[in-house]
Amino acid sequence: MKISTLFYCIWQGIRNFFRNKWFTLLSIATIATCLFLFGVFYSVLENFRNIVHTAEEDVSVVVFFENGIEKAERDNIEQKIRRRTEVRDVVFVSAEQAWEEFSKDYVGDSAVTFTENPLENSANFQVYLRDVSQQSALVTYIESLPGVRDVRRSELVADTLAGVNSLIGYISLGIIILLLVVSVFMINNTVTVGISVRKEEINIMKYVGATDFFVRSPFVIEGILIGLIGSVIPLGIIYYIYNNVTDYIANKFAILKSMLTFLSVQEIFQTLVPVSVVVGVGLGFIGSYVTVKRHLHV
Amino acid sequence: MKKRKQKQYDDDNIIVLEDVVKVYSENTPALDGVSLTIKRGEFVFIVGDSGSGKSTLIKLLLRELVPTEGRIIVNGQNVAKLRRRKIPKFRRNIGVVFQDFRLLNNRNVYENVAFAQRIVQVPNKEIKRNVPHVLSIVGLAGKYKARTTQLSGGEQQRVALARALVNNPPIILADEPTGNLDPNNSWEIMKLFEEINEQGTTVVVVTHNREIVNAMRKRVIAMKKGVIVSDEEKGGYVDED
Repeated sequence: MKISTLFYCIWQGIRNFFRNKWFTLLSIATIATCLFLFGVFYSVLENFRNIVHTAEEDVSVVVFFENGIEKAERDNIEQKIRRRTEVRDVVFVSAEQAWEEFSKDYVGDSAVTFTENPLENSANFQVYLRDVSQQSALVTYIESLPGVRDVRRSELVADTLAGVNSLIGYISLGIIILLLVVSVFMINNTVTVGISVRKEEINIMKYVGATDFFVRSPFVIEGILIGLIGSVIPLGIIYYIYNNVTDYIANKFAILKSMLTFLSVQEIFQTLVPVSVVVGVGLGFIGSYVTVKRHLHV
Repeated sequence: MKKRKQKQYDDDNIIVLEDVVKVYSENTPALDGVSLTIKRGEFVFIVGDSGSGKSTLIKLLLRELVPTEGRIIVNGQNVAKLRRRKIPKFRRNIGVVFQDFRLLNNRNVYENVAFAQRIVQVPNKEIKRNVPHVLSIVGLAGKYKARTTQLSGGEQQRVALARALVNNPPIILADEPTGNLDPNNSWEIMKLFEEINEQGTTVVVVTHNREIVNAMRKRVIAMKKGVIVSDEEKGGYVDED
């Protein structure tokens, strides 16, 4: 094929974009609506996941040792715990640190009246997990280690967080399926409109002796342009409203400030931009390809 | 020897149909054993009632349909044996004109005609020379910038004719080209067909226009219920009954 023919096809694709204004607007609106809904749900779910993840990071298993345990034996326990894949971090808290913290929180100034450390046998490891749903298995393992006297964990918090995590997973899956169904329905409608608009034009081209490539390429380029613009518009809207909404929520519910840690728009867009653009361009490409293909057999 | 004779026969006759049958469903065939030959440079009218098989014949010649039985040779090519990817090139040898003009309404006159040249990858320089030339032949040189929707029916049909002519095809196939035109425009279009035919192009016109067929005294093939009922040189419109 001549390079001038290729440029002609590209140019026709760009011109088609402006020629069929209503079809172009309808197609852009369809793709933009789907991707806007996707972007909103993605932003909400990612923030929710982030809040749960932050909460998870504070959940720890506390490991107490047998009385009079040697340092070497304690180090050995630490190494064994660290080797576990579900363990994110292990922090040693000495008996003195434990008392200092406890007295600061609950005893106050009266702490000076204690001549001995009441928590002498309370040196411990605080074990932080990567995934709280693995807590039970880890506790069973640590309890079996020699030199371990007691393991304390917060079953309720761990179970709640694990439950919330799987709930987010189900909601995400549900929303993705729902959006997929809505997208297919809307895009099918747009393609149907596209067919009625294009049927005559494609027939004429085929009668005059145009090859499939010659007929198809301007439509496909038009579809890609529509997809690209249809993905950029919702991204722009989400970018604009995201900061306003997160600021509003943070100010309105200041009491929950320690819990509500929102992701920055940059963090959200790191994934949202490539996914939206690929999906938008993909939908534009597939939509136009399918529309034209149905009429190529003339 | 037999092959050489056959080739010579196919070369002299630009359109050959041999016992062509076309059946759409289990009902009556749309074409039932049609045989005809059209020589290079001939002007032929195909007439007949609705349902006589004229449209099916046109679709078969354009390779929009394939025959159920029989052989169709157009410009030396066996239509039924054409591969799908070869169809566009095959159609470039046939200039088609339809009753409803079938122009690209979102492009101007020049672009509609130039489009046929772009398909065959004619360089831009040549397109700029060829399109005005062919537009002047059909009398539309001054309207090359006009939108097709701004033109009268007669003018739109001239654009369609210019598009059909621009690649110098050996065959022009016209399906009811005067069906949407008033008598004056009909005559002008038919005169253009005659002029094109005088340059050596084979012209096949499917029509209902009794007045034109009777006045022009060309070869007339009459069809009825899928069969050819008469084929006359310098004939007139054949009454159905």
